[in-house]
Amino acid sequence: MLQVRDLTKNYGKLTALDRVSFDIPAGQSVALWGPNGAGKTTVMRCMLGLLRFQGEIQLAGYNVTTEGKKARKHVGFVPQELSFQSEWTVLETVEFFSRLKKAGQVNFTSILQQAGLSDHRKANFGELSGGMKQRLALAIALLADPEILMLDEPTSNLDPQGREGFIQILNELLVQGKTILFSSHRYEEVAELANRTLVLRQGVLEADCTPDELHKHLGAATRLRIYVDVDQFAHAVEILRNAGLRADPNGKGVHVEVSPDKKGEPFNILSNAGIRIFNFDLEQEWKDNNGED
Amino acid sequence: MERIEAANIWLLIQKEIRDTGRSRWFIIFSLAFIGLALALAWLGLAGIGSLGIGGFSRTAASMVNLVLLMVPLMGLVMGAMNLSSERERGYLLYLLSQPISMTEAILGKYAGLSLSMLATLLLGFGASGLVMVLIGGTAEINSYISLVLFAFLLAMISLSVGTLIAVLARGSSAAIGLALFIWLGFVFLADLGIMGTAIVLKMDIGTLLTSAIMNPLQVFKIASVLQLQGNLEVLGPAGIYAFRTYGNALLPLLTLLLILWILIPLLISIGVSNRRGGV
Repeated sequence: MLQVRDLTKNYGKLTALDRVSFDIPAGQSVALWGPNGAGKTTVMRCMLGLLRFQGEIQLAGYNVTTEGKKARKHVGFVPQELSFQSEWTVLETVEFFSRLKKAGQVNFTSILQQAGLSDHRKANFGELSGGMKQRLALAIALLADPEILMLDEPTSNLDPQGREGFIQILNELLVQGKTILFSSHRYEEVAELANRTLVLRQGVLEADCTPDELHKHLGAATRLRIYVDVDQFAHAVEILRNAGLRADPNGKGVHVEVSPDKKGEPFNILSNAGIRIFNFDLEQEWKDNNGED
Repeated sequence: MERIEAANIWLLIQKEIRDTGRSRWFIIFSLAFIGLALALAWLGLAGIGSLGIGGFSRTAASMVNLVLLMVPLMGLVMGAMNLSSERERGYLLYLLSQPISMTEAILGKYAGLSLSMLATLLLGFGASGLVMVLIGGTAEINSYISLVLFAFLLAMISLSVGTLIAVLARGSSAAIGLALFIWLGFVFLADLGIMGTAIVLKMDIGTLLTSAIMNPLQVFKIASVLQLQGNLEVLGPAGIYAFRTYGNALLPLLTLLLILWILIPLLISIGVSNRRGGV
């Protein structure tokens, strides 16, 4: 369904993508994973024919360089930052893109209902919340029933509840047979949605693996900042270190590094030691293969 | 190159007309133009005792100056702002991720803006013309109508140059700044430059005329005066020289120059955007 061959993109002397190649068969859900600046968005823009590049990309059998319009007819795209015309109503926006995509007879009431936007059909786009905007973008991407969905950091502007709902919708679309390519730097998102992960680092495709293998490949770590009572601060650090975790005092909290699939471990350790945790923050961390940040 | 679809261009024309109708800049520009056009009509008639004789000529001559000042400002700024601000906000990227080509996007946006400006011109010239018809009759109305057509060509030139500015400039602020500078150049600096150069280099009259018509505003002025007066004596020796040299071919020649000023920047914009990838 998607073929990328030797994709190279240079901005002057800077090489943003260096001979990236991969195939995605129909019905697969693939995550493009990497830190900021790895080239995830550039890959997507090249795949949509929005940037000039070296190499070859085929979407649904069409070369995006020479048959960009035909290729894009088979793709629904959800960008990272949504920027429809803010003065347009939700209905106007959907109608416009439906005509642009030549979606034919479209039941707008049903589409807005599915997106949970029936009550907001006359609201201006600028008045919608982040979650509503994202659902609208997905509804528009699905007009004309494309085989391929491309989503650039689709949940980056959503709260945890909104994120969960959005991932659920995408999983349903996957069951319906859509091919999904999405970029993300959230391990949970990749684990819940992707069959396969393409790991990008500094424009190079570093690994092509399953989500389960992801942290092994890269040594990606999650950093937790755990807040405990001040008088138990030093004790908490000591207990965590004794349990083999890398823990350091940091401001009013304790920084702990854990593997992405074992984030509950420090909580269990501290709880068993009778130390009360009253808050925590989650930070995704990246390491090089040698284990350094 | 992929086939250009008229349906895509038409859809974008409708979108642009809808967007410019909601644009504060456009509304302010349009109201100012219409207000000033009405004021000129009233003043033109007041100057001849409200009899209407020569009212169209007099008002049309004043309108030439109003068009020379306002239409390029409006067109350059709207053209530069439209594409660059949509690119900056990421809307252009989203638009181009749909089954539409860069060429269609530029042509659709350009045509939509042109039609919006045509509406403003028709309202301004129409309101002013109506006042004169109601009070003074319809003498010389043909010259007045041809002035509207030349003003529309000038609007299309300004939008075309504005679009090129948007394509070349990095952000919308830079695009608007450059558009204002180019407006200043067309309106004031080019004239002063030619005058100064002519004196210093003792330019012959033919070179002086050639230098003048490099500026589309001068082409518009010469064409409008020629249409209104039937000769170019009012423009001095260069005008008389142009009229004597080219005779009846002068007006078609000037019209062709105006059309080239529309096409060349627009085609460069399309070429550059397609080569670069648009976003």
